Amino acid sequence: MASEEMEQLVRREYTQGFVTDIESDTAPPGLNEDTIAFISKKKEEPQWMLDWRLEAFEQWKKMSEPDWSHLDYPPIDYQAISYFSAPKKPEDRPQSLDEVDPKLLETYEKLGIPLHERAALAGVAVDAVFDSVSVTTTFKDKLAEAGVIFCSISEAIREHPELVKQYLGTVVSRGDNFFAALNSAVFTDGSFVYVPEGVECPMELSTYFRINAANTGQFERTLIICDKQAQVSYLEGCTAPQRDENQLHAAVVELVALDDAYIKYSTVQNWYPGDEDGKGGIYNFVTKRGDCRGDRSKISWTQVETGSAITWKYPSCLLRGDDSVGEFYSVAVTNGRQQADTGTKMIHIGKNTKSTIVSKGIAAGRSDQAYRGLVKILPRAENARNFTQCDSLLIGDQCGAHTFPYQEISNSKSMVEHEATTSKIGEDQLFYCQSRGINEEDAVNMIVNGFCKDVFQELPMEFAVEAEALLSVTLEGSVG
Amino acid sequence: MLEIKDLHASIDGTEILKGINLTINPGEVHAIMGPNGAGKSTLSAVLAGNEGYEVTQGTITFEGEDLLEMAVEDRARAGLLMGFQYPVEIPGVKNVYLLKAALNAQREARGEGEIPAPEFMKLVREKLAYMKMDNSFLQRAVNEGFSGGEKKRNEILQMLVLQPKLALLDEIDSGLDIDAMKVVSQGVNSLRSEDRSILMVTHYQRLLNHIEPDVVHILMDGRVVKSGDKTLATEVEDRGYDWLTEGSVA
Ligand SMILES: Nc1ncnc2c1ncn2[C@@H]1O[C@H](COP(=O)(O)OP(=O)(O)OP(=O)(O)O)[C@@H](O)[C@H]1O
Ligand SMILES: [Mg+2]
Repeated sequence: MASEEMEQLVRREYTQGFVTDIESDTAPPGLNEDTIAFISKKKEEPQWMLDWRLEAFEQWKKMSEPDWSHLDYPPIDYQAISYFSAPKKPEDRPQSLDEVDPKLLETYEKLGIPLHERAALAGVAVDAVFDSVSVTTTFKDKLAEAGVIFCSISEAIREHPELVKQYLGTVVSRGDNFFAALNSAVFTDGSFVYVPEGVECPMELSTYFRINAANTGQFERTLIICDKQAQVSYLEGCTAPQRDENQLHAAVVELVALDDAYIKYSTVQNWYPGDEDGKGGIYNFVTKRGDCRGDRSKISWTQVETGSAITWKYPSCLLRGDDSVGEFYSVAVTNGRQQADTGTKMIHIGKNTKSTIVSKGIAAGRSDQAYRGLVKILPRAENARNFTQCDSLLIGDQCGAHTFPYQEISNSKSMVEHEATTSKIGEDQLFYCQSRGINEEDAVNMIVNGFCKDVFQELPMEFAVEAEALLSVTLEGSVG
Repeated sequence: MLEIKDLHASIDGTEILKGINLTINPGEVHAIMGPNGAGKSTLSAVLAGNEGYEVTQGTITFEGEDLLEMAVEDRARAGLLMGFQYPVEIPGVKNVYLLKAALNAQREARGEGEIPAPEFMKLVREKLAYMKMDNSFLQRAVNEGFSGGEKKRNEILQMLVLQPKLALLDEIDSGLDIDAMKVVSQGVNSLRSEDRSILMVTHYQRLLNHIEPDVVHILMDGRVVKSGDKTLATEVEDRGYDWLTEGSVA
């Protein structure tokens, strides 16, 4: 005990003494120009990138945290956060699965996570994850052959500066919102995808990510560009519960689809929701936006969210090109003390633009969730059409679901349809299933999965199966 | 098979069943008739284990076991299956999926493994054809958008797949056209065997022409006021129920 405390003390002093020392792996807590310069230097970025970050920081300083959401959480002290920390050294990590919380392992098993991936996810120091190395290489070769660029955002800044300069911040501007500005100033991780004209990305960008998911950063920045007639399906996250020492997550994802391009972005997110009282859970404040910049382009968001203590997230589409299409399919599950404020924005700018919103919210335990959706139709958007369906399912009587649909329609030749339902999981449905011999837990899963079907069928096959398993693990013990 | 002794049950403090006695032996088909509100559905619900009803007195023994001590799903696994008067809709859950989950749950309880997919499909298709339902019903969500008659057929389809020891049928004939009545009755009759019993609730003698009962009970105001053979049903059809109460008052 005593020696451990001592060690911590030593370590703290050690890091605090490192304000400008570039050899250090961790920036001390706090945010100022020095921190940003430190990050930029660590990432070996060119000057223009540093300038870009500093301008974002200037904007952020003038902004204040949004308070319009339906969330309730203690104030975040942004000066107490460390904005750059290298991953834990192998010797500080568990050395084998024997040292990992058995409960976590049990969950992996229930989710059907392959053995070799469990170790990586649990943060075990595995050198050379045998399979993943070869998977990664063959993967990269195949992509290169097709001309697809897929790399970390830091690598893209160094290797493909012209593309990054052209597109970064053009969908989510630095001053867009408080969290986006913060991310622009301090982002350290994330990915970059460029699919050249006429190319259909030869594989779903997924496997690679599952394996590396354990190392995702606190301020991720993702930029995906699909050139004319190009297509890509991108999968983010993984179903395994992820723990992270960093409580605050503020990612930015920007998608750009040029003429006739199609981007499908699927997310299955399962951040640690905290203990029974919500303690220690992740705060997830994300800005995700897709820009249908070209005519006939299409962007589709599909997400299954089960984790986090707090979620603030509105994947949106700017439908600028004529005949462009935006879609949003979402399942959000909250249990325990979780809070979620999610939704989407569909901004119709071009003619004949079409959007579809299907949102399924499931609240159990003492959780609380809100759906917030904006459909905006600008004057030029003739024949724009939106269909919104937004359903909530309550399990138990201590949870809540709220719906806030906003519509701003400035073109009379457009059509907007909205359907919303809130229902309690039916006692009679449960009884019906049970009277067929199915136990209560399986019956709940069956009914909930049925409720989510419209969204699950949008997910890539392998993800859909995982999502179903995830739902049942999340709702375990929520009834009875 | 089933023995009900002095069963009293109430809902929200109102006593509905006021001392029911009923014994069903293996192989027997019993029919329960009685005016609206007599407690027929209540009796089936109590047998199936609906927690909305409180049993205040009496016992129910099923295959030698105390039924009231068993959870809803355990009753089904032990072979007691209820065909609902108003089957519920479960959006998004495929009919075939519910059937398979139910069958596997019962097999598991019997210590058998999951049924292999091809064997299951063969079984289901066969029963589906028997009920004159087309294959699309398997892929549709449970009861969602089914017509009244289709829902009833679907209940019997489940019975044919799950092969219960005791089938409880609550007004399985209501809302059926003449052809459907034949199909449903055929389905039920195909379940009849030496070791299987059926308890059906109905308002009409007509069903009993198709499915001949061994015993008919008249339930009124929470009690079985008269039991007899199938001629009792004809008598009720002719004379109504009033003479029975007058008789019991006198
Ligand atoms: N929550 C309740 N509170 C009070 N009385 C109730 C409640 N639910 C049902 N009942 C009453 O219980 C009685 C028995 O109902 P039940 O459904 O068993 O009748 P039934 O014999 O099946 O009638 P039917 O032939 O119309 O189907 C009815 O009088 C009904 O009004
Ligand atoms: Mg009834």
